[in-house]
Amino acid sequence: MYGRGLRTLSIATVIATVAAFGLIFFYAPNDADQGFIQKIFYVHVPLAIVALGGFVAGGIMAIRYLRSGDRSWDLRSYVAIHLSVILGLGVLVTGAIWAKASWGHWWVWNEPTLVSFLIIFLLYACYQPLRFSIEDPERQARYAAVFAIVAGAFVPLNFAAVRMAEAFTHPRVLSTTGGNLPGEMRLTFLISLLAMTLLFITLWKLELTAKHAREQLKRLRRKLEPAT
Amino acid sequence: MIATAWTILRKDLAIELRTRESVPAMALFSVSVFILFHFGSGRDTLTGDLASGVLWMTLLLATVLGVNRLFVADREQGGIDGMLLAPIDRTSIFLAKAAALLLYLLLLEVVALPAFALLLLGTSLLDALPELLAIVLLADIGLACVGALVAALAAETRARDLIVPLLLLPLVVPVVIAAGSATEPLFSTAAAPQELARWLGFLGLYDMVFLLLSVAIFDYLLED
Repeated sequence: MYGRGLRTLSIATVIATVAAFGLIFFYAPNDADQGFIQKIFYVHVPLAIVALGGFVAGGIMAIRYLRSGDRSWDLRSYVAIHLSVILGLGVLVTGAIWAKASWGHWWVWNEPTLVSFLIIFLLYACYQPLRFSIEDPERQARYAAVFAIVAGAFVPLNFAAVRMAEAFTHPRVLSTTGGNLPGEMRLTFLISLLAMTLLFITLWKLELTAKHAREQLKRLRRKLEPAT
Repeated sequence: MIATAWTILRKDLAIELRTRESVPAMALFSVSVFILFHFGSGRDTLTGDLASGVLWMTLLLATVLGVNRLFVADREQGGIDGMLLAPIDRTSIFLAKAAALLLYLLLLEVVALPAFALLLLGTSLLDALPELLAIVLLADIGLACVGALVAALAAETRARDLIVPLLLLPLVVPVVIAAGSATEPLFSTAAAPQELARWLGFLGLYDMVFLLLSVAIFDYLLED
């Protein structure tokens, strides 16, 4: 049910990822200012965009769950948020490395995007503890969905608040004009973003398939047991 | 719906008036935290950003106490089941709980603000009072909405005393940013740029978003 198209998707992901890394290392020019370290941008920013997108998608799937009462939407929402938390850890680590290399500190407080991302990451890190401290599965799904919706609405508010409070030091590459990236860098960035999105979707589908298969297996075992 | 909410609120206030659990605890706690901050920072008076930071941190930590207690009586005595059995709109439960929390917070501030002025504040509280009241009121509405929502979320979990601060603190970071930045110039001795309207606007936006969101999804929290 969930596994359909997984193979094509995996192949597309491999191609896109290889292409992205090829472009990053051999095609995109070194940054005049920051040099080679700037290339972490092609991992860091797509990771962050995909993680935030995953959080918001988790919230939308949670709305669909509450609307329809279909448990498969709850599973989708749970897997999306779970994966995004893992990617979020990657965002914080790559962000810290980049900050150390270009600003000289592992952590920079007057850096709104980094700080907002940490707050959002901390909030979503509570998703699992909340979910698994509720025993009744139906109630677990409902409460997790409510949390996902509240947190999804919180994401833009939090970004606005932190940005209002701090000076603008972040390289705002995706501002209104679509950034001031030269063409080669933009192409590399877009391919990296595509690769990261495909990777997320593939992992998401894979996890869904695995969870579904495990549940089916459990059901089949239960059927067999009285016979033996 | 408003009438039902009013009834539930009166019930909560009657319980609070007889047991005197939440508000005195929150007020005492806030004074203790002021004393801790005095020794922790090693200063007799605070001004500017330090003063506003200490004030809002303390109010926030006291809020966590209130949120933790919000559904305790209902859960222990079966009040939740009673309310769920009654043919009432679930939203009225949320409105009553948020209003109760808002009242607790305002009562807390009646104690905490003078105590803060007396113990730690280096500038005059009276001069800052009109603006400060506006900030406090808007911030309290936001805290009350989020607090009631988090209390309901955590009420049915196993580790609710842990879940409440873990969920509440990241969610109210925007309130602290806005209220803290708005309070800072009021407490500083030097003339600081006033950006009060901007921060009040943001607090109002935050209140609106979480009020509407809570009203929209509270139905799903208490449903069995």
